Amino acid sequence: MEAANSPTIVDTRKTPLNALHRRLGAKMVNFGGWDMPVEYPATGGLVAEHKAVRGSVGLFDVSHMGDIRVRSGRAPGSALAAVQHITMNDASQLAIGQAQYSAMLYPQGTFVDDVIVHRLGEDDFLLVINAGTRQKDIDWVRQNTKEFDCVVEDLSDSFTQLAIQGPRAIDVLQKLTDTNLGSIKNYWFTHGSVCGLKNVLIARTGYTGEDGFEIYVPSDQRTSEQVWSKVMEAGREFGMLACGLGARNTLRLEAKMALYEHEISDTINVWEAGLDRYCKMEKGDFIGRAALEDAKSAGLTRTLVGLEMVERGIARDGYCCCNEVGETIGVVTSGSPSPTLGKNIALAYVPPAMSAIGTPVYVEIRGQKAKAQVVTTPFYKRARKAAPQAVASSTAKTI
Amino acid sequence: MAYPANYRYTNQHEWVDAKGDVATIGITDYAQHELGDVVFVELPKPGAKITAGKSFGTVESVKAVSEIYAPVSGEVVEANADLQNTPEKINTDPHSAAWLIKVRLANGAELKSLMDAAAYEAFIASKGKEASA
Repeated sequence: MEAANSPTIVDTRKTPLNALHRRLGAKMVNFGGWDMPVEYPATGGLVAEHKAVRGSVGLFDVSHMGDIRVRSGRAPGSALAAVQHITMNDASQLAIGQAQYSAMLYPQGTFVDDVIVHRLGEDDFLLVINAGTRQKDIDWVRQNTKEFDCVVEDLSDSFTQLAIQGPRAIDVLQKLTDTNLGSIKNYWFTHGSVCGLKNVLIARTGYTGEDGFEIYVPSDQRTSEQVWSKVMEAGREFGMLACGLGARNTLRLEAKMALYEHEISDTINVWEAGLDRYCKMEKGDFIGRAALEDAKSAGLTRTLVGLEMVERGIARDGYCCCNEVGETIGVVTSGSPSPTLGKNIALAYVPPAMSAIGTPVYVEIRGQKAKAQVVTTPFYKRARKAAPQAVASSTAKTI
Repeated sequence: MAYPANYRYTNQHEWVDAKGDVATIGITDYAQHELGDVVFVELPKPGAKITAGKSFGTVESVKAVSEIYAPVSGEVVEANADLQNTPEKINTDPHSAAWLIKVRLANGAELKSLMDAAAYEAFIASKGKEASA
C-alpha cells in the first residue's frame, strides 16, 4: 500500500501550535509549504471531526493563513482606494467591523487569491489570505498599492488564528469572553477579551458552511497553546473535537467554497468560477475589470458545477470528465465522499451546455468511465435561524 | 493490534497468509491507520492475474487513494465481496474479516523474500521513529 499522492518532503513552515498537534498524535501533511494536521486519529479522525462540526463544534488551527493590513498614510481614503483597486468586491460598502468575501485578480481577470477583507477602521483594512499564496499575495499587494498613500504591513506571523466552527461554536466561545457574541452578525467582527487576553479580533467567519468564529491571538507558543487548551476545555461539554485540514476540506467542499489551485487559480476567471456576486463591476475600475468585461461579452467556455456520482467510484481532484461517447469535456477540481450526505461529490469545470441540473457527466477513474450527474450546489446548506425583524437592522445604518 | 505470526509481510504494508498453494492477501493494521476511514475498495475479479510488486487494486479513504501492491504472483480465485458494501471493515478487522483477495500462487518461493511478523514489527517501529524525529 502506498499513498498515490504522498507529498514530497521539503522544508516546511510550522504554526505556533505545531508541537501541540504532534503531542495530540495528529497525522501531519505538507499543505502549501506548511506542516499541518490533516486529522487527529486518537479522537476519531476525519469523519468524526467533520460530523462534530456539522452537529456540534470543532476547533481548527488556521494560523497558516496570512494577514495583510492596509492603512491610509496622510491622505484619508487612500487605504480604501487601494483596497478597491486590488480587490473585486466593493469595500466601500463595508461598515467598520464588517467583513466581505472578495478576491485579488490579475489583469487577465484570473485569481491571485481569494481574500476576506475586514474593515478595521475608516482608513484601516485587514486582508486574510491563503497559506500557499502568502508571499505572492504580499508582494502583489505591495506592488499594486505603490500609487496610493498607504502603509502595507505583513502581520501573518503576528497571529495564531483559531477557527471555532459549528452550531455550538457560539456557546463554547461565549464561555471565554465578555463580548456578547450573539450581537455579532455573520461576516462581522469585533475586538474583545478572550481567555483574559485583551483586544482579540473575534470574527463571525469560517470555511465550513457552519456558523462559527475565527479568533486572532498573539502568536507566541505559550499563549497559543493556552488559548487552544482553554477553548477545548470549554468545548468538552459539547463534544468538541480538534479538527484537521482533512475535515476542513470536506466541510468546505460540501458548502461549495473555493480552494485556491482547485476551483480558482491564475487560469480561471471570476465568471467561470461562478463568483459573480462577489465581483462589483459597477464600483469603478479595479485590476482585472477590463478583462472581465471582455470575457463577459465573449461568453463562457466552461463553468463550475457540482457533481454527484451515480455509479460506484470517487471522483478526485484532476480526474477528467467526459461525455457519453468518451470525449474529454472537463476536469474535476475537488472530489471526495461527503460525510454529511453519504454520497460521493465533486466540483468540476464543464462546458455551459452540460451544466444543467441532471445532465449526465462521466468521470474517468483509473481508466474506467463512471457516471455522475450535475446537481444543485451548495451540496450542503445549513438551516438558518429565522432572520431578525427589519426593525432591528435599521440601527446599523450609518447616516 | 497483533501481527499474526504465521503471516508474511511486505514493506508496502500488505500481508499474505499462505495455505498450500492458495494465499489470502490483505493490508496491515499499520496501513489502515495510515489511511484513516476507508470508504471504497476496488479489487480484481476472479481469474485476473496479479504480479508480485505490481498494483492489483486500490483502497480509498475520505482523503486519498492508495494503491495495493501484490506481495506474490498468481491468479485471483476470490475477491472479498463484503468489502463493497462495508469497506470500513478494513479499519476494524484488517488481519482477518477484511481480507482482500485469495490467489493461487504461481511461485511459492516468492514468499521467502517477505518479512515475518517480527521483522515487520521492527520495520514499522523504525518508521514510527522516523516520523517523530
